[in-house]
Formats: sequence, C-alpha cells, structure tokens
Amino acid sequence: MAHQISVFAENKPGRIEKITRLLSEEKVNIRAITISSANGFGVIKILPDQPKKGYDILRSNNIPTYLQEVIAVIIPDIPGGLHQISFVLNKYNLNIEDAYGFVVESGKKAVLVLQVENQPQAQEILKHNGFQLLSDEEIYRF
Amino acid sequence: MIWDKAIEAMARDDLMKLQEKKLQHTLRRCQNTPYYRSMFKNNHIDPSSIRTAEDVHHIPPTSKEDLRKNFPLGFLATSRDEVVRIHSSSGTTGTPTVIYHSSEDIDAWSDLVARSLYMTGVRNTDVFQNMMSYGLFTGGLGMHYGAERIGSMVIPIGAGNTRRQIWFLRHFRSTVLHIIPSYALLLSTLIEADGLDPRKDLNIHIILLGAEPHSEETRRRVQDSFTAHAYNSYGLSEMNGPGVAFECLHQNGMHLWEDAYLMEIVKPETLEPCKPGELGELLLTTLDREATPLLRYRTKDLTYIMEEPCPCGRTHQRIARIQGRTDDMFIFRGVNIFPIQIEKVLMNVSEVGSNYRIILDRDDFKDTLRIEVEIIPELFFGDLLRLERLQERLRGELRSEILVTPEVVFVEPGRLPATEGKAVRVIDQRKL
Repeated sequence: MAHQISVFAENKPGRIEKITRLLSEEKVNIRAITISSANGFGVIKILPDQPKKGYDILRSNNIPTYLQEVIAVIIPDIPGGLHQISFVLNKYNLNIEDAYGFVVESGKKAVLVLQVENQPQAQEILKHNGFQLLSDEEIYRF
Repeated sequence: MIWDKAIEAMARDDLMKLQEKKLQHTLRRCQNTPYYRSMFKNNHIDPSSIRTAEDVHHIPPTSKEDLRKNFPLGFLATSRDEVVRIHSSSGTTGTPTVIYHSSEDIDAWSDLVARSLYMTGVRNTDVFQNMMSYGLFTGGLGMHYGAERIGSMVIPIGAGNTRRQIWFLRHFRSTVLHIIPSYALLLSTLIEADGLDPRKDLNIHIILLGAEPHSEETRRRVQDSFTAHAYNSYGLSEMNGPGVAFECLHQNGMHLWEDAYLMEIVKPETLEPCKPGELGELLLTTLDREATPLLRYRTKDLTYIMEEPCPCGRTHQRIARIQGRTDDMFIFRGVNIFPIQIEKVLMNVSEVGSNYRIILDRDDFKDTLRIEVEIIPELFFGDLLRLERLQERLRGELRSEILVTPEVVFVEPGRLPATEGKAVRVIDQRKL
C-alpha cells in the first residue's frame, strides 16, 4: 500500500520552507503535495518516496505529523480516466474524502491518490474491478 | 499526622487571643522602623490603641511601592548585626523589594514550611528534589530549610537543566518534588521523550506546586502525568516566601497559618472588608517577624476565605487557590478577564498543550483577543476538518467562560516561549 504524510503547519511564511528543507536534507523525494488551509493553519499532504523516513524526520523535529495509508491507483491520462474510478466507487456508495493526482506519462498514465471512507473495502473493490493499486516503491518507480 | 498539634489544631478562640497578643508585639516592633514610626505619626495613630484584629482597619495598608521607596533600611526593625540573611523579589522594574531576616525569623519560617510539608505527608524517609531556584528567590532556600527540618534527604538541584533533573530523579528515586506547575508538565513530556514512563519508571509520590497560580485542571494534569498527589501552596517573598498557606491531604483550599499571619480579604478599590466567601484582595500582617515586620501588606492576590471547618482537624482557616492578581487581570471590551479562566478551559482539552499565550491587540480601534495554543503531535491525525471543529469548540467553551469570543490560533509545538520560570502569558499590545 501507498502512504502519505500529513503535516500541521501554521499559515505563516517559512513554515513550508522548514518542512521541505528537513526532507531535502535527508534526501527524501516528494512525488506529490497538496495544501489545504483553514483559519490560520493548514494541513500539508505529502506523498514521499520514503514515507516512514519522512515521518520520522518531521516528528523528531517536533512537527505534528501523521502517517497514513492511502490508495494510489493508475488511471489512463485521457478524458474520462478519472471517471472510471469515481463511477466504480459511486456504484458501491463509497465517499471520496480527499483526492489528488499527478501525471507520470503525458497522455498515457496518471496516478490518482485517494482517501476514501472504508479504505480496505475500497481497495478490494478497485482490485476486483481490474485497477492496479501501487505500493510506495511502485509509485516511485515511475 | 500533625506537626505541631497544639498550634495547628488550637481552638479558634485561643487562636484569636494568640493573634492579638502577637499583633501588639508586632506593633511595638514596628515603632523601631523609620517607615512605620513616621506613618503612625502622620496618621495620628497610637499603636498601643490597636489591640484586636478589627482595630487594624485603622492602619493604612503597606504596598510594594512603599517597600521600594524606603529602600534600603526604612523597614528594618532590628540592628543590622542581627540580620543573618536577605531575600528579594524578582523586581523587573526599578529597585527590588528586600526583606531582612534575623536568625529567629529563619527559624520560625523553617518551622512553618516543615509544618506545611508534613501536612502533605512529607517525612524523614523522603527524598526531596527541590527544583526551585536557590538564591535571592525564596522558593528554593525556604523549602530547603523546611524539608531539612523534617529530616528528608534534600537534593538542592535548583531550577532548570532538565537532563540533570531526570538523572537525579532516576538515580536517587526522588519521592517528593517542589516544582513550578508549567515546568512539571514540560518535565513529564521530556521524561517521556527519553523513553521513560513518568508514572511507572520513577518513584514520585508528592508534588508540591508553587510560584505560579494555576487551575484545578492543571493540578489534575500534573497528578495524572506522574501518578502522584500534587499540592498547591501559597507564599510571597514579602511574607518570607513559601509556607504562608498550604493544602492538606484534602486538597481543598490552603490552610493559612494564622498564628504567624493575620489575614484580611478586602475589596481592592476601597479596602472595605469582604464578606466571608467573597472574592477580594488578600492583606497580610506578619505576627512573628522580628527584622522586617509588615502591617496589612497588599499581596495583590485575589482569593476568598473558606469558612467551614476542614475535616483534617486543623483550625487555621483556608483560602481558595489564587483566582488571579489585581494586576494580571485584563479588561477586554469591558469584561474583566483572568488568564486562569482561559487556562481552565485549555487544560480540559487534550489535543492542545499546556503552554499558551494571550495576545491583546488593537485593530482599527477595535480590540482583539487572540489565544495561541500548541497542537500536541500525538493527537494530530492529519485531518483539517477535525482541527477546525476543535477550534470552534474551544471558541465556544472560552466564550461561556469569559463572556467574549476570542480568536483561537493553533501553533506548532515549541513555538511559544518555554516556561522553565514564571510564564508570561499575557501580551497587551493595545497601548502601542
């Protein structure tokens, strides 16, 4: 399974710089990143090549960080590619809580990262419907 | 279980008589000081006419400012040869306030502290790690002498240097700590960071909290972090230091040693006496002190008297934990607010840390109240929505406590100033 790390950060200059610096110093590569912010703070979601290492680095610097399993699935980079996934999840009445993606081969392949309620069930359903789920190592191989 | 039963459990009537006798003695001593001599004269007061606790209302109170203005010798009632030690408050502005002690004073003070410690269960078998500063500050030496008098083994380690504190806690199996509450909470997290469980791997049974007013919630948190009993204490350098009032095993109010101090609770603005149970400023008159007797000293601490007798059998009246200071109270949009009210709310929420800061500001002529709290890494689950709900919940709970809605700001751990000493919680930027 793939893992992402979520990081709490104050909505202030220099906070993201600190996080990316700590990761880069320890040679942790970031495959994808997304930031959502609320009233004065934000949560940064990072998909790194070495999730456990990235998590340990940030936690040992006393930064609130959470390591969690996510679903990373290959979809074709064509119109309707994303719809194939949402169609299946909807059929089984599974709600998508958060999602982001990145293209690995333009016009051919993209990776969609999903947080879904009832993650184990969603994994089974996607596999059953012929989707290829990626591990941390596999994400990085692209 | 009582150190000095004849005094501590004395019938109220006898205690009042003892107070009056000692008060007259103190008034005679005051006539040896330049300050009180001229004060009596200027106010046409004949000290020998003051005989009872009620009569003291005719004497104007003494303030910290008076102590400063009459530095160095205005309040000294003995010859300088009889002074064996001075203590001083941590004055941040101008002249610090200095209190002189004779050897009898040190002896009487040590006995008050011993009495207080014994009341919480401290015995000669205990290992007493004294984590307060030694030196001019009274917390370190004051408790040291009391614990020695009981016969405990005292570790005079002083404040700070957490690594060394933990080393001594482990290797001497310390059973009693004397510590500032905010540092106690910090210490427990640092012990855990070292891979130790402060509840199981150490041998702490009694924690004496002092030097910082704190809430019931903070006490509970300290108790939980160490699985020990934590006792609140009250003292100030002008009244010797620790050992003015202390909690007994019932942990419900602090017995103020009325054979050594005459207490009054008054309205801070008018100095009118408060009714029993009514919140007001605590005024104290020393009854035992030889070198620096003080009359009706304004502590600026707000508390009230708990009248009902204590089940422990001691007859000395209890005061409630300090509810605030007449001077750390702040007014926001017309509402009087004490930091302790905010602390109470924060301490009940496990997702935020014990460290906090209150910032008052002015934005286009409108005052803003901002409360900064630290997110606890162990209770962060990567969820923005959950944090937003927590923010909303804190705002609501604070509103019901302080009647105005503050802004709640989440910060990363370690971003607020560390509190190894007295924490400065309120930053008022409105004057700028």
